[in-house]
Amino acid sequence: MLWACLRFPGLAFSAAFAATPEAGPSALLDGHARQRLIAAANEEAAAFGVRRGQSVAAARALCPALDVRPRDRDAETRLLTGIAAWCYQFSGHVSLAPPQAILMEVGASLRLFDGWPVLAERLRSGLLEQGHAHTMAATPFASASWIFAASADGMVLPEREGVLRMLAALPLTQSGLSASMVKSLQAMGFRRLEDIFRLPRPELTRRIGRDGVAWLDRIRGQSAHALPAWQPPASFLQKIEFDSELDGSQPLLFPLRRLTRELANLLAARDGGVQRFTLTLEHARGQSTRIVVAMAAPQREAERLFELARTRLERTTLPAPARAIELIAEELPVFRPPVRDLFEPVRGDGLDWPTLDERLRARLGDAALRQIALVADHRPERAMRYGTPGPVVSLPRRRRPLWLLPRPMPMRPDPVAVLAGPERIESGWWDGADARRDYYIVRTAEGQQAWAYLPPGTLDGWMLHGWFA
Amino acid sequence: MNAIASPNLAQVLDHPGIWRRSADRQPRVRALSTGWTSLDAKLPGGGWPQGALSEILFEHDGLGELDLVMPALAALTQEHRRVIFVAPPYLPYAPALAAAGVDLRFLHEIHAGSTEAAWSMEQCLRSGCCGAVVGWLPDIDYRSLRRLQLAAETGDACAMIFRPATHAAQNSPAALRLKVSNSDEATYVDVLKSRGLLTTTAPLLRMRA
Repeated sequence: MLWACLRFPGLAFSAAFAATPEAGPSALLDGHARQRLIAAANEEAAAFGVRRGQSVAAARALCPALDVRPRDRDAETRLLTGIAAWCYQFSGHVSLAPPQAILMEVGASLRLFDGWPVLAERLRSGLLEQGHAHTMAATPFASASWIFAASADGMVLPEREGVLRMLAALPLTQSGLSASMVKSLQAMGFRRLEDIFRLPRPELTRRIGRDGVAWLDRIRGQSAHALPAWQPPASFLQKIEFDSELDGSQPLLFPLRRLTRELANLLAARDGGVQRFTLTLEHARGQSTRIVVAMAAPQREAERLFELARTRLERTTLPAPARAIELIAEELPVFRPPVRDLFEPVRGDGLDWPTLDERLRARLGDAALRQIALVADHRPERAMRYGTPGPVVSLPRRRRPLWLLPRPMPMRPDPVAVLAGPERIESGWWDGADARRDYYIVRTAEGQQAWAYLPPGTLDGWMLHGWFA
Repeated sequence: MNAIASPNLAQVLDHPGIWRRSADRQPRVRALSTGWTSLDAKLPGGGWPQGALSEILFEHDGLGELDLVMPALAALTQEHRRVIFVAPPYLPYAPALAAAGVDLRFLHEIHAGSTEAAWSMEQCLRSGCCGAVVGWLPDIDYRSLRRLQLAAETGDACAMIFRPATHAAQNSPAALRLKVSNSDEATYVDVLKSRGLLTTTAPLLRMRA
């Protein structure tokens, strides 16, 4: 087992400022309602002398323009969960260690990812790409990794002996023991973990209590500790609110790309796909626009999801500028990659029909694509319908034209010759659409062959109904 | 010994970049039988060129212009390869299509305006999952035709385009151009242009008479 710990020192700050990014000096508040203190400040605020632990009044005195926000624990959990979803692609056992750390078992993944250095590089570059400042460490014991991630970024200790050696040299302040325990131990003259590791166990228990001893056991791997495994959720809901209203579809593409990427992260973690999701754009006065993106088969690639959503979005006219965008995907079915014959040559773009069908529908609309099916009816107009073709019911015994006019129209000038006919078609008295016609195959002066009819018993008033094209 | 075997003359002459005027050596064109024996006999490769654009110029509706392509399309659908009709001018009539042997499960219709139709055709051709894409694009320009020809090459699909015979005099990048016309109560098919065919002896095919 090798447990990697990822710590995100700036998580609380970025969570509080996620919805509307900070501009200028900003600081984060934490603590009880009565006594709220600055928990973190950005560089601009630090330049004014704003420091951790100051009161709001003191910080405001130093920097009147300071943007102060309280901690948003829900937002922190959401952010941490999002990172866990991303980490899930590297390990089957990812565990949240709130408020700002993630633990993951990577021992089983090392061979797949070509060893720790490569995996660590992928983790770091991926996290930086998403804008998460982080520190990390890996040891066989999750709790020890957690300690080292805070004190020694990048440390890897695959063996127990190495872990024990490094722990022994660690100052008590970095040991992960609670502040009160550290204080009382320091009062007794202990400085480093090696000092207390030497103490007899009953002695130690009396001084720092059961919890403290249990913690010391855990960091040394002397007691097993089961960590809850994070499971990817069964649905996706994410919303981005904008600072200012965005007009038109073009500026919406940036947040849309972020949403579809997050969705793709979740789908990758679930090893699932999405067949249908909804984009909701919120406008002023509670107005909103819903765009449903449906696919013929489940998809999971970020780029394809984005393209589909984009084409739908660009075809929609928005009634007003948008204030927020929300993506909801409730059903995440199992994804089955298309099965292709190993020896079948890939033609062109190598798309399958469902993908092409989607691409066409996304641009042209659902009504533009259709299939035709046979219907057993004598009346020419009713012998076909739009829809999925079933088995062939019956074929006409007589010759039929390949082109049918949407509705019959008078034929001018009259045909020059009758090639076949008449064929009396009389039917439909039962459903009110009575048809009684004598059909002929005729030739026009231009040499065209047409399917035309006359009312029974007449020789005038040709009606054109089709072309033998 | 030479590591690379020196090619013999026949191999050199086989190179597609080398063209020889010779009656018995037809250039290699992969083709889809038209189903019309006399037409197949005259076309290089023996049918509709595959991975290329064919243009069918017709004088009027109802001369049998669609009959010309039907056997090949029916054969494709029977092999479970998709055939797409893009912007047909009338309703493709299911009973007649089924009677011609088309498996309707593999026939799709796309309704679109002229620019969207050209785009759809190109998408279908490029995708590689369509056997043939047949379009009715009377107003298409040279550039778009060229795009379709390239898309057909990319996707190795059979592209067919129907246009009025008035465009016959215009230049076209199509690999094969046929003209369907009528005289003396019979329909004739002329080959206006064909890659790999030296002379056109008109009329090639006499239909419906």
